[in-house]
Amino acid sequence: MLMNATSPLDLTKASFGYAGKRVVDAITVSIESGDVVALLGPNGSGKSTLVKGILGLADLQGGTLTRNATIGYVPQRHSLSNAVRATVTEIVATGRLTRRPWWKSASTADEQAVAEAIAAVGLADRSRDEVSALSGGQQRRVLIARALASDPQVLVMDEPTAGVDDANQAILAGVLADLAAEGRTLLIVTHEMDALAEVVTRIVCLDRGHLDFDGSPSAYAAHLTEHPAGSGHHHDSDDITGPIPVIGRAPLDAHGRHRHG
Amino acid sequence: MAELLSLDFMRQALIAAILVGLTAPLVGVFLVQRRMSLIGDGMGHIALAGVAVGVLTGNSPVWTALIAAVAAAVAIELIRARGRTSADVVLAVIFYGGIALGVVLFAKAPGGSAGKLTGYLFGAILTTTRSDLIVFAILATIVVAVTTILRPRLFAVANDEEYSRASGLPVTAYNLILAVLTAVTVVVSMRIIGLLLISALMILPNASAQLISRSFAASVRWAVLIGVACSASGVIVSYYTATPSGGAIVLLAIAVFLALTAYAGIRARVHRSRVIHDDRHDHEHGPDCGHEAIDHDGHIDYLHDGHRHAPHGSHYDEHGSVHPR
Repeated sequence: MLMNATSPLDLTKASFGYAGKRVVDAITVSIESGDVVALLGPNGSGKSTLVKGILGLADLQGGTLTRNATIGYVPQRHSLSNAVRATVTEIVATGRLTRRPWWKSASTADEQAVAEAIAAVGLADRSRDEVSALSGGQQRRVLIARALASDPQVLVMDEPTAGVDDANQAILAGVLADLAAEGRTLLIVTHEMDALAEVVTRIVCLDRGHLDFDGSPSAYAAHLTEHPAGSGHHHDSDDITGPIPVIGRAPLDAHGRHRHG
Repeated sequence: MAELLSLDFMRQALIAAILVGLTAPLVGVFLVQRRMSLIGDGMGHIALAGVAVGVLTGNSPVWTALIAAVAAAVAIELIRARGRTSADVVLAVIFYGGIALGVVLFAKAPGGSAGKLTGYLFGAILTTTRSDLIVFAILATIVVAVTTILRPRLFAVANDEEYSRASGLPVTAYNLILAVLTAVTVVVSMRIIGLLLISALMILPNASAQLISRSFAASVRWAVLIGVACSASGVIVSYYTATPSGGAIVLLAIAVFLALTAYAGIRARVHRSRVIHDDRHDHEHGPDCGHEAIDHDGHIDYLHDGHRHAPHGSHYDEHGSVHPR
């Protein structure tokens, strides 16, 4: 992972936080094109702040952040307002807006891109359905489709699989695998590495706002053996409340889907 | 009806009512979406201070109300965007300050009778002048044009502010535009609906439309239809019953809302009794699920072990069974 001026995302000693409070401290990391990065770390380690900093939603308090790519964002919880009715297509179409000037209405190409994004997450048959009628996992896929609609080079996802039932988690993992196979660069904040184990090519781990690990999944496994959580290696981990990143779950079949008769 | 239309003031009142019925729901839908339903009420309070200044100084109250409401709209949005915990209290000070100042100034104005004040607060059909109507028509045209052209962006920002900001939309600018549109709508509505009731016509037609629509686009169409129908009929009712037009319009809008609530409830009950759900369905049908997809009356059924499963909400409805030949 050499430093590269044309990396889609490059952080050099970047610090992020809110209102003067520093949450992420002096991170140096360069995301390369085609990387599928799992961003791990206990609750409160600064994962979400780092992601928000990359997106310009948290303040850059030091160092440099270089964005050489278009970024699609999939927020953590579905933060969609459900105060009014809206169809899947209407929500996904909002992801396309930045691709045209404000006074232009959607072109046929825009509509096609929206339909393709919906198909990419396997919701083509639900495109005219109301979003609030969909399950939590399906709504997550709507948010992925919304990010895809702008055809971004990098997709940044905050906990895409959290709180989603197994059947939907398998479908989500399948969607992410498809995106990785297309060669898209993915940065995925997650607790549930096993759901994504087959997709991830690189692991970046944060602890208390610092970079704790950056390398391949196999190197990460070795790192965990050397420094099991709670061993107190170079941090006191007393306030870690969340689960450690790798926890066994029931394996899925080869297609990442639950079999069904 | 012919008698009604032969009266100058009634024709003016009806045209003003149609303009209000059109603009109020178009702006209100974004306020409902942002869960800021009552912000129009606050702007009405401040517009009253503007009206009173106009009456006191002998200027057209429509223009002074417009200036007061737009200034307040910008201030409110900037305070809200700061996200301070004290914002709530600051808004209360502005809103009540506005209405208190309005009432006090009105009492001191030479032509400021109690009847006139009631007209501004609750609407009156006799007060719309020809010059008012021209101003209202221009303002309404602006509101319709802006909400139509910017609808996808206003929708996006109201739907998910954080995402919109991350994707580079100028969120604060769109929120300010919506605030100014709200202020303009308050002023367009001040003659017919009244400053204390205008918020109702921004919100109620949209609340009603949510009950019978399945998309944002459809809900906006329904809301405008309900808004125009209620405000025009309200003006007519107000004429025959000699009541404040704003009150009549809002009561009609509430009646429509209650009727549609009952209708939606009955429809849901009928659906539940007629259609069997497959609630314990751990498989999700989709384009690649391997089950045969059948077009059925505008939706898709999936053929699943001889049953036709139609996605409905987060469960599947049984749409009959198909026996293999």
